[in-house]
Amino acid sequence: MLEPVVEIEQQVTFKQEQLQTLFTVLQKRDYQLVGPTIRDGAIAYDELNSTADLPVGWTDEQDAGRYRLASRKDAAYFGYVVGPHSWKKFLYPPVLSLWKANLQKGEVVVAPEAAEAPKYALIGVRSCELHAIAIQDKIFLQGEYTDPVYKARREKAFIVAVNCVTTGGTCFCVSMKTGPKATCGFDLALTEVIDGQRHYFVAESGSVLGAEVLAEITKQQATAEEQQDAKDLMEKAAKKMGRQLDTTGIYELLYRNVECARWENVAGRCLTCTNCTMVCPTCFCMTVVDTTDLTGQNAERTRHWDSCFTLDFSYIHGGSIRNSPKSRYRQWMTHKLAAWQDQFGTSGCVGCGRCITWCPVGIDITEEARAIRAGDKSDKATMAIKEH
Amino acid sequence: MPTNTKPKLAVWKFASCDGCQLSLLDCEDELLAVAGAVEIANFPEATRALTKGPYDLSLVEGSITTSHDAERIQKVRKMSKYLITIGACATAGGIQALRNFANVTDYTNYVYASPQYIETLHKSTPIGYHVHVDFELRGCPINKMQLVEVLSAFLNGRKPNTPAYGVCVECKLKGTSCVMVAQGTPCMGPVTHAGCGAICPTFDRGCYGCFGPKETANTISLSEQFHKSGVTDEQLIRAYRSFNAGSDTFRKEGDAHERQ
Ligand code: SF4
Ligand code: SF4
Ligand code: SF4
Ligand code: SF4
Ligand code: SF4
Repeated sequence: MLEPVVEIEQQVTFKQEQLQTLFTVLQKRDYQLVGPTIRDGAIAYDELNSTADLPVGWTDEQDAGRYRLASRKDAAYFGYVVGPHSWKKFLYPPVLSLWKANLQKGEVVVAPEAAEAPKYALIGVRSCELHAIAIQDKIFLQGEYTDPVYKARREKAFIVAVNCVTTGGTCFCVSMKTGPKATCGFDLALTEVIDGQRHYFVAESGSVLGAEVLAEITKQQATAEEQQDAKDLMEKAAKKMGRQLDTTGIYELLYRNVECARWENVAGRCLTCTNCTMVCPTCFCMTVVDTTDLTGQNAERTRHWDSCFTLDFSYIHGGSIRNSPKSRYRQWMTHKLAAWQDQFGTSGCVGCGRCITWCPVGIDITEEARAIRAGDKSDKATMAIKEH
Repeated sequence: MPTNTKPKLAVWKFASCDGCQLSLLDCEDELLAVAGAVEIANFPEATRALTKGPYDLSLVEGSITTSHDAERIQKVRKMSKYLITIGACATAGGIQALRNFANVTDYTNYVYASPQYIETLHKSTPIGYHVHVDFELRGCPINKMQLVEVLSAFLNGRKPNTPAYGVCVECKLKGTSCVMVAQGTPCMGPVTHAGCGAICPTFDRGCYGCFGPKETANTISLSEQFHKSGVTDEQLIRAYRSFNAGSDTFRKEGDAHERQ
C-alpha cells in the first residue's frame, strides 16, 4: 500500500540470482506474484511462478499502432517497457460479479459476499505506473464513496518497482513528470544493471514492509560506482523518450478549443474502438449489467470496464448525448488532460504511451495536442477558464 | 408453472444453414431450463410436434430468397406476438446475399444441372426488409449464451444485454493482445458488433466480421489502415462481402473499393 514517503533506505545491490530469492520470500509471505510474461506476441501481465516466467532477453519495439517483440543481446529480466496490460487489471478487475440473488418464497435473497481479495505482489511496476496507481487511489479511495473491491486489493498489494533504463517509442513520462525513476509509492524499487559480465540489481526499500523483505535477501551495500551506474542508465533513458507533450497551459488550451477543426480531423481516423481507454492505466469508467436466468429465479449484477467511446456510455433518457465520434474523442482527450484536473486535482495522463501504441490506427495523443496548439488562435489571457 | 400458461415459442427456418437453430440445441446446460420455461410449439430441427399458432415468440433464422418465402414470412409475422431474427442471414441476408452483387442466373447455370427448375429471387434480403422485427441477434452463427440472454430477457420482461459496441471491447476485457498492433494481422474487430467474446483474436487471428457492423463503424478509416499493412482493394472487397455483405455499412464499404 502506498505509504507516506518513507525515508528511502540506503541503496543495496544483489546479484541477479537473488531475484528468485525475492520471489520465494514473497511467495512464503502468501503473495501471488503477478508481472511481465510473454503472452500472445506481447509482454503481458499475468501470474508468475518463478523468474523463469519473466521475459528474459526480450524487449519491445513500439510506435503508434505498432508493437513487436524483439530479442535483446543480453539476458535482462526487465529490458522492455510497458505492454498491453496495466496493473489496473489486478486492482480494478475488468469484469467482476458484484452480487447474486435468488427468489425464495417470493423474497429476494442476496447470496453471501464473494471470496476474500487476492493478495498480489506486483513485480516490475514502472514509475509512470506508480503514478497511475496513485491516480486511481484518488478516484477509488478518496471522498465520500470508496470502492471496497479496489480498497481490499490495494491495501494488500506489495509493489516491486523497476526503474526504467530502456524507453519505449511512445513513452513521454519526462513530459508528464512521472518518470523514469520511481520516487515513491513502492515497497521495493530495483534498477537492473548489466555491465559486461556483471548482472545485478540496485535496490532500495520504500516502506517498512519493503525493508523487511529486503532483509531476507543476500546483498551488499551499493558502492558509489554502482549507484552512479544505475543513475546514469536512468538519465540516459530520460533523454531517449519516444514522445513529448508540451503541457504548458494544456488545461486552458483544451477548454478554449472545445470547437476546433482538429476534432473533425481526428474523428475521421478514430474507430471509436475503445482500445485507448481500455489500455490506459488511469481510465476508470465502468458499467453495470443486470441479468436474470431463464427461470427468473436468479439474478446477478456484474460490472465491467466501460469507455467514453461507446454510445451507451452517454445514454440518457431518449438517446446518447455523444453521438458523433468527434464528441467522443474530444471527451477522452479533454478528460485526460484537462477535466481530470478539475475532478481530481491531477492530470489523467502519466505518459505511458499505451493509448498511442495500442490504437489500431495509431492516433497519438501527443500529436493531437500539438495540432490543437498549432491551430490555437484564441487570446490566451482573456479566455483562460481556470480563473472562474 | 402450469403448462398452458407457458409462452409458446416457434423457430422458423428460411434460407440458411441451420447453424443458428443448432445453437439453441447446443445450449446443453440451459436446454432443460428453456424447455421448462417455454412451450416449444414449432421447432422442426428438434421435434416433430407442432402446435398451431399464434405464438408468443418466434425465432427466425434465414433470409428471403424465394417468392414463396416472401409470402411465408408475412404469415409468420401475423402469427407471432414477438419476432426475433437470429443470425447474419436473417439480419443481413447472409452469405447468400453475395448474389446481390452478381447475376443470380449465372450462379444457377453454373451450379445446377437443370437450372430451369430453380426458382429464386435476384436478391437475398433480411427479414427486416419484409416485416417488422422486434429484436435482431447477430452472428454467424449466433452465440448461444447471447441467445439464452435474449430468451431470459424476453421471459422476464427486461431488455437484453447485447451491447452494440465493437469486438475490441470484449477483446480487451479478456486481456487478449491486439493482433493488429502486435502482429500486423488485419482485424475487423474495430468495426464489428460485439457478442462472440472476441473468439478469433483469442485464437490469434483477425476478426472477419461475422457479427456485422457495430454502432458508428468507421470502415473508411479501418480500410485505410488495412491498405497501409498491404491489404489490396480486392481483399478488402472480400473482407466486407462475407456473411454480412448485405448490411448497409459493409456493402457500402465494399462497393467503395470496387470503384477505385
Ligand atoms: S492517456 Fe495514454 S499515455 Fe496517458 S496514461 Fe493513458 S494510456 Fe498512458
Ligand atoms: S477518458 Fe473516458 S473512459 Fe477514460 S476515465 Fe475519462 S471518461 Fe472514462
Ligand atoms: S483513438 Fe484509437 S484506440 Fe482510441 S477509440 Fe479511436 S481508434 Fe480506438
Ligand atoms: S485484436 Fe481485433 S478485436 Fe482485438 S483489440 Fe485488436 S483490433 Fe480489436
Ligand atoms: S471475432 Fe469476429 S469473426 Fe470471429 S466470431 Fe467474433 S465476430 Fe465472428
